[in-house]
Amino acid sequence: MNLAIKDIRHNLGRFALTTVGVGMLLMIVMGMGGIYRGIIEDATLLIDEVGADLWIVQRNTRGPFAEVSRIPANLVHRALAVPGVQTAREFVYHTIQRERDGKPIRIAVVGLSWPTDKGETLPFVAGRPLALNHFEMIADRRLGLPLGERIRLGKEKYTVVGITENMISSSGDGLAFFTVADALDIQFDIPGEAVRLEREARFARGSLSDYGRKQPALTDSAYLLPSQIPALGPRQISAVMISIVPGTTQRAVASIFAGWSDVSVYTVGEQRDLLLRGPVEKVRRQIGLFRVLLTIIAAIIMALILYTLTLDKLHDIALLKLIGAPNRKILGMILQQALLLGVAGYGIAYVVGMRIFPRFPRRVILTKDDLLQLAVIVLVISVLSSVLGIWKALRVEPNEALSG
Amino acid sequence: MDNEFAIETEGLTKIYGSGNTEVVAMRAATVNVCRGEVIALLGPSGSGKSTFLTAVGLINTPTAGRIRIGGELVVDGPKAHMDLRAFRRRHIGFVFQKSNLIPFLSAIENVQIALEINNWSKAASRKRAMSLLDYLGVADRANHSPSTLSGGQQQRVAVARALANQPSIILADEPTAALDSHLGRQVMELFGKLAHENGTGVVVVTHDQRSLDVFDSVYEMEDGMIRRSEIGILSQTK
Repeated sequence: MNLAIKDIRHNLGRFALTTVGVGMLLMIVMGMGGIYRGIIEDATLLIDEVGADLWIVQRNTRGPFAEVSRIPANLVHRALAVPGVQTAREFVYHTIQRERDGKPIRIAVVGLSWPTDKGETLPFVAGRPLALNHFEMIADRRLGLPLGERIRLGKEKYTVVGITENMISSSGDGLAFFTVADALDIQFDIPGEAVRLEREARFARGSLSDYGRKQPALTDSAYLLPSQIPALGPRQISAVMISIVPGTTQRAVASIFAGWSDVSVYTVGEQRDLLLRGPVEKVRRQIGLFRVLLTIIAAIIMALILYTLTLDKLHDIALLKLIGAPNRKILGMILQQALLLGVAGYGIAYVVGMRIFPRFPRRVILTKDDLLQLAVIVLVISVLSSVLGIWKALRVEPNEALSG
Repeated sequence: MDNEFAIETEGLTKIYGSGNTEVVAMRAATVNVCRGEVIALLGPSGSGKSTFLTAVGLINTPTAGRIRIGGELVVDGPKAHMDLRAFRRRHIGFVFQKSNLIPFLSAIENVQIALEINNWSKAASRKRAMSLLDYLGVADRANHSPSTLSGGQQQRVAVARALANQPSIILADEPTAALDSHLGRQVMELFGKLAHENGTGVVVVTHDQRSLDVFDSVYEMEDGMIRRSEIGILSQTK
C-alpha cells in the first residue's frame, strides 16, 4: 500500500494547487535557462550563418557585434590580394529604430556584399535572395514584415523579397538583409538640409585651404556625394569577411592580416568568444544568479509545503509508529511525496512552458542538456526539501497517538 | 511463546522528573495476565493507568521493573532487550478511546496497513482484513473513509486492526468512552470472546463499571499503586 499516494488522494486539492505553484516556479527556472540559450544562439547566429572564416575589423576593436567598427570599403581589394584568401566580402551592421503603423520597429540592418553574396545561405521560409542591387530586402519573420511589403527607410522604399526564420541579433532584434550600398544609405541617411550645409562647409574648407586655392577644381568636387569623393569622405563599412582557400589554415592567413597595422583580424571562433565574453557575459551571469535564486526559493517552498503536510500527519505518523510501522515506511511516504511533487511540478513546468515560451518576445531555447540538468536539480531539491519533514517525523513519539 | 502468561510485570516503576520535580507515576506494579484472560484496570484520572498501559505497550519505558510478554523478557528497567517497535508490530494490538484510524485510508486499508508492515502481501492482507471486518460486522463499510463511519463502526475497525496480526496481547485504553452503553457492552463482550477464542491476553482501562462482569479480573490503580480489586469479584458473583 502506497501511503504517499493515499495521502495525496485524500488532500488532492491542496496537493494539486501546490504542484501547480511549484510547477510555475520551475517553469520560470526553465525559462530563464532557455532565455540564456536563446541569447547565446541569437548572438552567435549571424556569425555562424554568414560563413566567414576570418573577420577583418577596425584596429583594436572587437568587431561590429560588440562595438562600432569602421574600416574603408576598399580593404576588400587589399584582402583579396592576400595568398590563401578565396573571397572577401563587405559587411555592414547596425541597428535602427523606426515607426511602422504607429508602433516602434527595431531592425538590425546587415549589408550583404551583393552580387557575391545575395543571401542564398540564409534560412528562408518564404521568398528569395536579393536579385537587385537596390531597394530589396530580406526580413526576419520576427520583424512582422510580410512578403511584398514596401517599407520606407531613409529616403528610399525597400521591398521585402524574402522572409527568414530565427535570424535575430544579440539584442533580440530581427535581422534585415540589404545590399551593402543600401545598408550604408540607410545608416548614413542625412536630411537634405544637413547635406546642403555639409556641402557648403566642405566648399568653404576647400576654398580656405592652400590646396583648394591652388587646385580650384577640387572645390567643385565638394558638391558631389560623399561616396563619390573618397578623398574627402571615403566609404566606410563595418568589417570585411574573408573565406579562405580550402586546405589553407585560418591561422596562416590570419597571421598575414595581423601584420597590417590598420586593422585587427579574428577567426570565427575568436569573434564568437569576444561576443560571448562581452555583451552576453553579464546577461549570462545575471540569468545564472536568477536561476540559482529561483531554484533555492523553489526548494524552500517545497520544503515548507512538505513540512506542513508532515505536520498535518504527525498524529497518523505517531499511530503508525505505535502499531509498529518501521521508519522506512514513514520516511518513504514523505520522500515519495517530495519526489512526486518535484516530478509533477517539473512536468507542469515543461508542458506549460512549451506553450508559453514561443510567445515570449525573445527566443527561449530548451536544450536536452539543460532540461536534463534541471531534472536532476529538481530531484536533488525534492530530496533535500523532504529532510525537514523527515526530521520532524523521526522526532514524533508513538505515544503521541494516544493524545487528542 | 508457550508460557501460560501473556503478560508478566514485575515491580514496574515509572518516575518522571528528578529532585524536587520528581513525580512517581507508577510504583512497583506487578500484574500477571494469563493467555485468554481479560482484565479491567480501574482508577481515577492521574492514578497511573495510562502509564501502566503504555509501559506494557512498550511505548514508554519504565524507570525500573521487568516486563515479560509471552514469557519473553522484553524490558528490564529502562533497557530494552529487543527492537520494541518490531515486537509491538508482531505481538501487541492497541485500541484507544478514540478509534484513531488513519483518515486518508479506507476502513479496510486501516486494517491492511497493520498486516502489510508485518510483511503480508497485498492480496493476503486484503483477504485477512476483509474477514476481520466481516467478523466484526462492518464488512459492508470496508471501502468507506473513517469520516463516513459511525463511532461504533470506527471502533470496530480499530479492533479489527488490533487483531490483524493475531497479537499475544491487546491493550485497550477506554475503548467504550465514545460509545453508548449498548455498543460499549458489545465491544467489551467482543474482547472477552476474542481472548477466550484466541488465547489473547487483554488489558482494558475503563471507567465503565457496568460491564465489569465481562472481565476475568479487575485491578485498581491509585497513586501509581496497582492492586487486585474486590469489585470484579463481587460483580462476577452476582
